[in-house]
Amino acid sequence: NNLMAAQMTNAHRRFLQVLMSNGITEGSEARKLHQHCCETDKVYYAHDKLDDFISIINSHLQPLFMQIRKGISEDDGRAHYAVVNLAETEVTKMASDYTEIELELFRKTMDLIILSENGFASSTDILNLADQLKTKKMKKKEAEQVLKVFVEDKWLSEKNGEYTLHTRCIIEMEQYILSNYQDVARKCNICRSLAIQSQVCESCGIGMHLRCVRKYFRGQTEPRCPKCNEFWSYDTP
Amino acid sequence: QVSELVQFLLVKDQKKIPIKRADMLKNVIREYRNAYAEIVRRADRILQEVFGLQLVEIDTKRHIYILINNLPHAEGQHLCRGKEKEEMGLLLVILSFIFMKGNSVKDSALWEFLHLLRVYPGKQHSVFGDVRKLVTEEFVRQKYLETTPIPLTDPPEFKFQWGPRAEKETSKKDVLNFVAKMQGKDPAFWASQYSEAEAN
Repeated sequence: NNLMAAQMTNAHRRFLQVLMSNGITEGSEARKLHQHCCETDKVYYAHDKLDDFISIINSHLQPLFMQIRKGISEDDGRAHYAVVNLAETEVTKMASDYTEIELELFRKTMDLIILSENGFASSTDILNLADQLKTKKMKKKEAEQVLKVFVEDKWLSEKNGEYTLHTRCIIEMEQYILSNYQDVARKCNICRSLAIQSQVCESCGIGMHLRCVRKYFRGQTEPRCPKCNEFWSYDTP
Repeated sequence: QVSELVQFLLVKDQKKIPIKRADMLKNVIREYRNAYAEIVRRADRILQEVFGLQLVEIDTKRHIYILINNLPHAEGQHLCRGKEKEEMGLLLVILSFIFMKGNSVKDSALWEFLHLLRVYPGKQHSVFGDVRKLVTEEFVRQKYLETTPIPLTDPPEFKFQWGPRAEKETSKKDVLNFVAKMQGKDPAFWASQYSEAEAN
């Protein structure tokens, strides 16, 4: 295997260090970083070869059950990169940063978001959850603060008083979500990756990312479901 | 076991918490105690090869470790690995001050110096927030600074010195070059600091 033989250089290590401390890195930032690292450590910089660069790092991360993973933001369709722990069976990445009760609130919020039609949970609904936590009841004011921290740390993102999973969360926890919410979590019918915000066919129940819907139905005057052929009743975004 | 230890160390290090050997044994190595040295050695090798980090013992009595950055310092990226650029900038200035003043300064002298930069212990700073907490608690907890009480002072005064992480992650030479650059002079201008930095 050609890639396995490829050595890591300081440029690769520097790139990895920054990616890890960023939490999540947007595509153009990652490309700039790639260039910066190659220049700093005097390594040959191949302009368009970010993915190859990352593959070399990933081949060395694989025995550690880690990976640099690329995900597409559901909001702006841009690529983002995050370092993911593949061996996680729970939300262990967050476990060291939050208390037991905060983690419980997060898991319950995640339930609400994934079970919802449109991938959003209203702040009212989440604050009502705070009352019913098993570990200990959480006051509404406290829960509001915790939600704010989740947004700052990029696990959740907020729009008009409603919360959904941040791109970082989706990239890092995709495996966890797909295995723990097997029957409920939706895979986009077009691109096959986890879809949190989605449009769902009223007849057959398949879901698609908003960006995938846009691409798929471009130029069609009568959009129809790719699976059951029924009229697609939503406005295409 | 080795990959578990690597993960464990990376997580602790993200928050710059020094790692105790006892914690490593309890949480990760557990029943493989006999192989402790070998597991740690392999984990260190992986950390260096893949992440450019090194496991360093900063307290040989109590067996406390930190991960330090092995990569050569990039221009303008001196001590920081990520987004705390401003905090690291402040830290570098403080470390420089301490070194130029003979490796130890009284807390009152440090605050007087920071006043010149419009950084006040009593006031919330727009970038750093609670500066007193940042300098006397955060930087000390992360082992960048060390603070010791000066005996027989009332009210109690403290002195600040470089902490073990600062010792390992940067050098007197780097710091002197920083000061020289800021002041537009040759490092050799400060004769005694220059010879100390060269000897380091």
